[in-house]
Amino acid sequence: MRLLTHNMLSSNIKGVANGFPLGLEVQKFVEKQVDFNPDFLKNMFPKIEWKALVTAAKTMGYAELPEEVESSMLESEDFLQKFHHALLELHLEEGALICPETGRRFAVTKGIPNMLLHEDEV
Amino acid sequence: MSSRPELQAPPEIFYNESEARKYTSSSRIVEIQAKLSERAVELLALPDDGVPRLLLDIGCGSGLSGETLSEYGHQWIGLDISQSMLDVALEREVEGDLLLSDMGQGLALRTGVIDGAISISAVQWLCNADKSCHNPRLRLKAFFGSLYRSLARGAKAVFQMYPESLAQRELILGFAMRAGFAGGVVVDYPHSSKSRKEYLVLTCGPPSVSTAIPSAKGEDGESCSDDDDDSSGDEEHTVSISDRHRPRKKLKVSKKGKDRKWLLKKKDQQRKKGNIVPPDTRYTGRKRKARF
Repeated sequence: MRLLTHNMLSSNIKGVANGFPLGLEVQKFVEKQVDFNPDFLKNMFPKIEWKALVTAAKTMGYAELPEEVESSMLESEDFLQKFHHALLELHLEEGALICPETGRRFAVTKGIPNMLLHEDEV
Repeated sequence: MSSRPELQAPPEIFYNESEARKYTSSSRIVEIQAKLSERAVELLALPDDGVPRLLLDIGCGSGLSGETLSEYGHQWIGLDISQSMLDVALEREVEGDLLLSDMGQGLALRTGVIDGAISISAVQWLCNADKSCHNPRLRLKAFFGSLYRSLARGAKAVFQMYPESLAQRELILGFAMRAGFAGGVVVDYPHSSKSRKEYLVLTCGPPSVSTAIPSAKGEDGESCSDDDDDSSGDEEHTVSISDRHRPRKKLKVSKKGKDRKWLLKKKDQQRKKGNIVPPDTRYTGRKRKARF
């Protein structure tokens, strides 16, 4: 699972008002090369919750991202490369996602988070 | 009708390892899936500017439809309820991210982040009640509601589906409309029984010129897209949800309860079996007095 997906996921357990961002529990992560596409990054940038991305990237051991961003930084090739690496190339293989309100663990195995809810959580 | 997979078992059971294997080994299935997803992407009508979008593949299975999305250069997130199908997708090394998730529980996504959604042959599964806690209407509502929230304004969602009956199609469409979607059904090749394919094309946001329903393939000039105003007022209308349930035994319970005749019959049955039963007297099956 890439951090792009992590940035989109939000806990949908019944009664949880703000299920974002999900906490990360990393047991194993991998890096995979992905083609660099600045158009996609520019399109995605307004939709990304930056703080959550920075925190998640740090948990995965990547601390190159700046804490504060503005859209003018998208002109910089260097920034785009870092953004690209954090967003698309870091994969969580084994670990868990944790709901920020209830602390419920969503296990991640082989890169697939198990988002199935129990009957009483629907 | 029994050949419909929906009527055989719940999706997470039906798509077991051997069934999932078919989705890589059978070239026929692969070809059909690829065609369906290509048409779905066409109906999605994303702006033709070469910018990759973030799309959602609902019921992605082994990732055949996702591969089509990757071919167009888009990033995608796929979700499916069957672990076996997702395992096959992992083997195929699909480019999108996969989630093990039940669409009837609502999508666990943030608001307004997805640029479009496709779904190939999956939505009709929502009309089944596979567990005692399942209510198809609530599941449809949760699904369309959460999808509407997660889509960006003006984004489209295209569902290829095989509704069991007209009523089922109306049920699905009705819940989509109630969630706030605009759109309708596009039927490709409506006159052919084999290549007839239905696509539910939905747009997030109020109807406008840009949300006009695309025309179907292979129809002879006549319009066959559904009326969009049939969403309300049919709540009393019952829809057969599944044939998979066993018929219930009819219980003969009269309002008054079990009477003397019933009791004598039961005692007789027990006597015939050779059990020791108290003799029938005038007190048999008589009510106790209230002061007792």
